[in-house]
Amino acid sequence: MSHILELKNISKRFTKKLDLAGKVASTLGSGAREETVHAVDNVSINIERGEVVGLVGESGCGKSTLGRVVVGIHPQTEGERWWHGRDVATMSAAEKRAMQLQVQMIFQDPYASLNPRYRVEDIIGEAPVVHGLVSGKDKADYVASLMQKVGLDAALSKRFPHQFSGGQRARIGIARALAVKPEFLVCDEAVAALDVSIQAQVLNLFIELRKEFNLTYLFISHDLGVVKHLSDRVVIMYLGRVVEVGATDELFAHGNHGANTGANHPYTQALLAEVPRLDVRKKDFVAITGEIPSPLNPPTGCHFHPRCPHAMARCSVEQPVLREIAPLRFSACHLNDMK
Amino acid sequence: MSTVLQVENLRTHFFTKAGVVKAVDDVSFSVSRGKILGLVGESGSGKSMTGYSIMGLIDAPGKIVDGKILLNGENIIDLKPQQWRGLRGNRVAMIFQDPMMTLNPVLRIDTQMIEAIQAHEKISKGDARERCRAALARVGIPSPDERLSAYPHQFSGGMRQRVAIATALLNKPDVIIADEPTTALDVTIQGQILFEMQKLCRESGTALIWITHDLSVVAGLADDVAVMYAGKVVEYGSVANVLDAPLHPYTQGLLESVPSRNVKGQPLKQIPGMTPSLLKIGAGCAFRDRCKYRAPDCEGAPQLALQSQHRQVRCFHPVAA
Repeated sequence: MSHILELKNISKRFTKKLDLAGKVASTLGSGAREETVHAVDNVSINIERGEVVGLVGESGCGKSTLGRVVVGIHPQTEGERWWHGRDVATMSAAEKRAMQLQVQMIFQDPYASLNPRYRVEDIIGEAPVVHGLVSGKDKADYVASLMQKVGLDAALSKRFPHQFSGGQRARIGIARALAVKPEFLVCDEAVAALDVSIQAQVLNLFIELRKEFNLTYLFISHDLGVVKHLSDRVVIMYLGRVVEVGATDELFAHGNHGANTGANHPYTQALLAEVPRLDVRKKDFVAITGEIPSPLNPPTGCHFHPRCPHAMARCSVEQPVLREIAPLRFSACHLNDMK
Repeated sequence: MSTVLQVENLRTHFFTKAGVVKAVDDVSFSVSRGKILGLVGESGSGKSMTGYSIMGLIDAPGKIVDGKILLNGENIIDLKPQQWRGLRGNRVAMIFQDPMMTLNPVLRIDTQMIEAIQAHEKISKGDARERCRAALARVGIPSPDERLSAYPHQFSGGMRQRVAIATALLNKPDVIIADEPTTALDVTIQGQILFEMQKLCRESGTALIWITHDLSVVAGLADDVAVMYAGKVVEYGSVANVLDAPLHPYTQGLLESVPSRNVKGQPLKQIPGMTPSLLKIGAGCAFRDRCKYRAPDCEGAPQLALQSQHRQVRCFHPVAA
């Protein structure tokens, strides 16, 4: 098996430095301290070539930060990124640039991620020209072919982003990412802002493009229905940590028979139970209790223990390790030690 | 069952420079005590404008040009602004998608909630505060006494939405209109809110109109569902009927495009094209350009017709069930 990308013990912390007033107050003993958010905490993921990995979690769980670390927008605080079996940190500048072109990102907000003063032609065509993939005079043809690939009328290439609908802008964002011929796409909530009928169109486009260009996706979403449909493997995050990893079919399987069917971690189970489904009528909603804690001040031990129906004394003290509970099936829960 | 709210042939049009936008164009439905109606549609379908019309919140250049809104049998469309004030927040209340639309960021929660009670009732501040406390407790806010003295920014998104819901409940309204109240929330928090709303409707007999684009939420929550497209209700009936055997091609397409209804990894069934601009529909069925059953007679305007008991569809060629 060839890993296209390996994340090894990646952590990303954001620290709010004290300003002058804070420093003065702190020396006077006010107790003002630097605040640190552990956005991503010791995450290791391997992604195979051609695979679609769904990264699922609620707001503030660090899934977008992890996506940005993968692309290289945020440097990781700790850990290593390996690309095609090589540590990115040991690459030469030229190799790093080449690698960075291979990993592209599609953003959530099709309104904020396109420059409103650029014509579509330039939004899509700028990067490939700068990187010497196409010459300036071939740009128009190249952009036209890309626009056709993503289902846009090439005659619209002189227009500005505001002249397009939300679904069309999502397609422009996809075309821009594809323009530099990437192998790997990080899609950060790429369909979350779209209406159902338009969302289906864009998801279909992702499926087609994957086949055509042999792409690998890291698909970040809070929508379990979308992730279930698209991905081969699912990674569930909660407050910066990975709590469960498994093949989509196994994770979403109903019932709880054996170690590798159905959700293993109590958080995954709760998440799956809360998802509204079309075939469930007039259901009695049973709410999982509690709020998502602040990542500034996460609970000790297992981050999920204050909301977990199975919490034991050990859960508030000791952090459970993510370990293999069945072949290629990982879960971080103390309950697995008791089976 | 007693009908609390009945909307008949409601038309809300916006008279803009570019032309008349028929945001709500012939919408009819009714809700009974303790029942939940799901009002489903994509962006621009007029579902929120229907809600605003019922609340009397349509401003120029918009105007309700036709139709009736019967609240307990009384038509409220031609009320004077002063009479609307007595109604809004009292007998009909609204919950918005963004709770910060309801909450004033610079006032404490108790100030705002007590004001909502005292606007409609002569009641002492202490009694009003006690009612606020009870309302917060009912929507599942822990330690409501302390939280009453907090400011909106001290709450999380889910908690803010609970405060907005509690505020809507204060005067025991007959109807609550909820405009995508859980769309911005996380799945587990959405589950909590749906749980509270369902309980409240059952206990207090309040009728609820739940505006959403998410068919799966409606499936689990509502009794009836009205599907809107380009300002019109295209299909109306019980949740079981509409979701299991959709008659309108748009409803069918919408249901088929939900990922969980499709075979994993295969292309999703999709509705081609996009929602038309409300300025450019003209006569005829608004869905005809995206419809696979399109026929010459679709250039005429289909009417919302009774298909069977409690089942309406606006289509010349309803999908065979």
